[in-house]
Amino acid sequence: MSDGEGRPVSPEERQMWTTWVRERAVGALPPEKLLPDRQPAYVSSWIYVFGVATIAALVVVVASGTILGLKGPEWWHVAGIGRFFNGIHLWAVELFFFAMVVHLWGKFFMGAWRGGRGRTWMTGAIAFLVAIGAAFTGYLSQQNFDSQWIAFEGKDGLNSVGIGSFFNVADFGQMYTFHVILLPLAVVALVVWHVLLVRRHGVVPPYPAKPTPPPQQAAPSEGSAR
Amino acid sequence: MVSAALFDLSHPAHYLHWHFFQMSVANVVVILLMIAVFVAAILIPFPKRRRES
Amino acid sequence: MSGARSPAPAVPDDASPWPGPFVRYDLVKELVVALVAMAGLAVILTVLFSSPDDSPTTIQSWAKAAPGDFLTTAVGELDGTSGIATYGPPYNHTPDAAQKIGPISLQEAAGVKIPIDTAQDYVIEPLKEIPADPRLRLSLAAYQAAPAKLQAAWTGAYEEALPKARFLRGVPLLPAGRYGPVAPMMAALLGLAQSGGLDGALIAGSHRFYETNYTKPLLFLASGAYFEERAEGQHLLGTQWGMMNETGSYPGQVWLWLYTVWYQIEPFKSSENADALIFVLMGILSLAFVCIPFIPGLRTLPRHLRVYRGIWRDHYREVEG
Repeated sequence: MSDGEGRPVSPEERQMWTTWVRERAVGALPPEKLLPDRQPAYVSSWIYVFGVATIAALVVVVASGTILGLKGPEWWHVAGIGRFFNGIHLWAVELFFFAMVVHLWGKFFMGAWRGGRGRTWMTGAIAFLVAIGAAFTGYLSQQNFDSQWIAFEGKDGLNSVGIGSFFNVADFGQMYTFHVILLPLAVVALVVWHVLLVRRHGVVPPYPAKPTPPPQQAAPSEGSAR
Repeated sequence: MVSAALFDLSHPAHYLHWHFFQMSVANVVVILLMIAVFVAAILIPFPKRRRES
Repeated sequence: MSGARSPAPAVPDDASPWPGPFVRYDLVKELVVALVAMAGLAVILTVLFSSPDDSPTTIQSWAKAAPGDFLTTAVGELDGTSGIATYGPPYNHTPDAAQKIGPISLQEAAGVKIPIDTAQDYVIEPLKEIPADPRLRLSLAAYQAAPAKLQAAWTGAYEEALPKARFLRGVPLLPAGRYGPVAPMMAALLGLAQSGGLDGALIAGSHRFYETNYTKPLLFLASGAYFEERAEGQHLLGTQWGMMNETGSYPGQVWLWLYTVWYQIEPFKSSENADALIFVLMGILSLAFVCIPFIPGLRTLPRHLRVYRGIWRDHYREVEG
């Protein structure tokens, strides 16, 4: 083991928490694994672009949401430029779910959880579910007729299982806070974990090919070529 | 405030009905597009790149 | 590529590192291209379609557009027969109102955490704030002093007469009847609502300056037929698969299809416990979705469906010839 400047690590340093974290991190994800410049040759289908497309859409969602947040929840109702960024935010959400669903279909049909990649599937699936929650709080934060209706209807599902008083869909302050900070943090954290797992385990290999038939014997008098 | 959109989608939607199933045209378009894009992503050839060992 | 068949790489299992071959793959460039593409698509869609913004219904707009419906809802809140008054937890204690999953009621167990006394919160307290109206003060006192049976007789008679009411400059004119103090109370409440004062009174009912919690005014407003008719016009009702829909002709939340489909079919469609049952069902299905890698049958399904043969056809062409 060596430190950042290539010197060997002393026994005292090895007991340090910092050293332990660094060695675990670098061991799991050395730079060429974290940002590889090559992929297995079987990564040759357009289906593979939908993961990064989902991330790209999420970046646009967060960026447009940040701009909306800078001017507060009233802005997009009263200013044309605010309405424009609200449009970007809404369409980026539609693109995000579109790309994520195509990505998840692809990963399902590839059996992408094989070879110890179960956590990769799980973090992705949980990110999907948390994103649905983030979208729900977004619709509730619109402060228009749609959010009034969604709150009135949404309360019934949550109240029916006893969580409607904690997560009060008619409490705009609470829903807005969930939407602009709590749930985006959760979604981004899950996506980062998901991507790090993909880098750690690599892209899942294809299902085994059909077994190749043994080579024909040339003539009975000749022995096997092997 | 009127939005400066090229196409005004603020009129009530058209709905497709089949037995108990009913969905807006916009939602049906999105779902069909998803399926089409998924199939296209699998069928359209991906550019071949040079192998390295 | 030569015509010779490449031997399948000797990968002992799916977890082993891929022994080769590899190709150059620029992940950062791919991300930048994806960012430009997604941002560009979002801009194009916004320029083409913008986004919906149907303005909210206020209690004022409701009281002006549908005074009869407003009064029907208000008298139901006063006599405790409204949807919210009989909702049960978290708003109030109402026997057998809470939804159950089998014998268990999580709704009941959670208790009354957002207490709403519909008569006090929606009628009596706002009316008490109206200044300089001695007749109203007397009506309120008379109502509150009356026994419950007499109160119910007044509100029942008022409710029955409402469909025959006429409205003259915001003042309800009912046929002759024994409404007691309920008639002047309701007329004053309608006047307060049409002036916009009830929106304010309900949101700031706790006499705080700042407020971001719209529970009280929203539950009152949304209990009326006027609000529901507006939602029906936009295809947002549960029976219209409304959970998936957006106002206008915009695409909505297609990812909620499985949440809403259960409400359309039996046994959920006619069940009093539909919300609780579907919530739990979707919880179980969501857990199963997350745990696909560990569910026998499901985790091997892709192998049998063979869609992967299309995705990896280049690879199979090479190793199988």
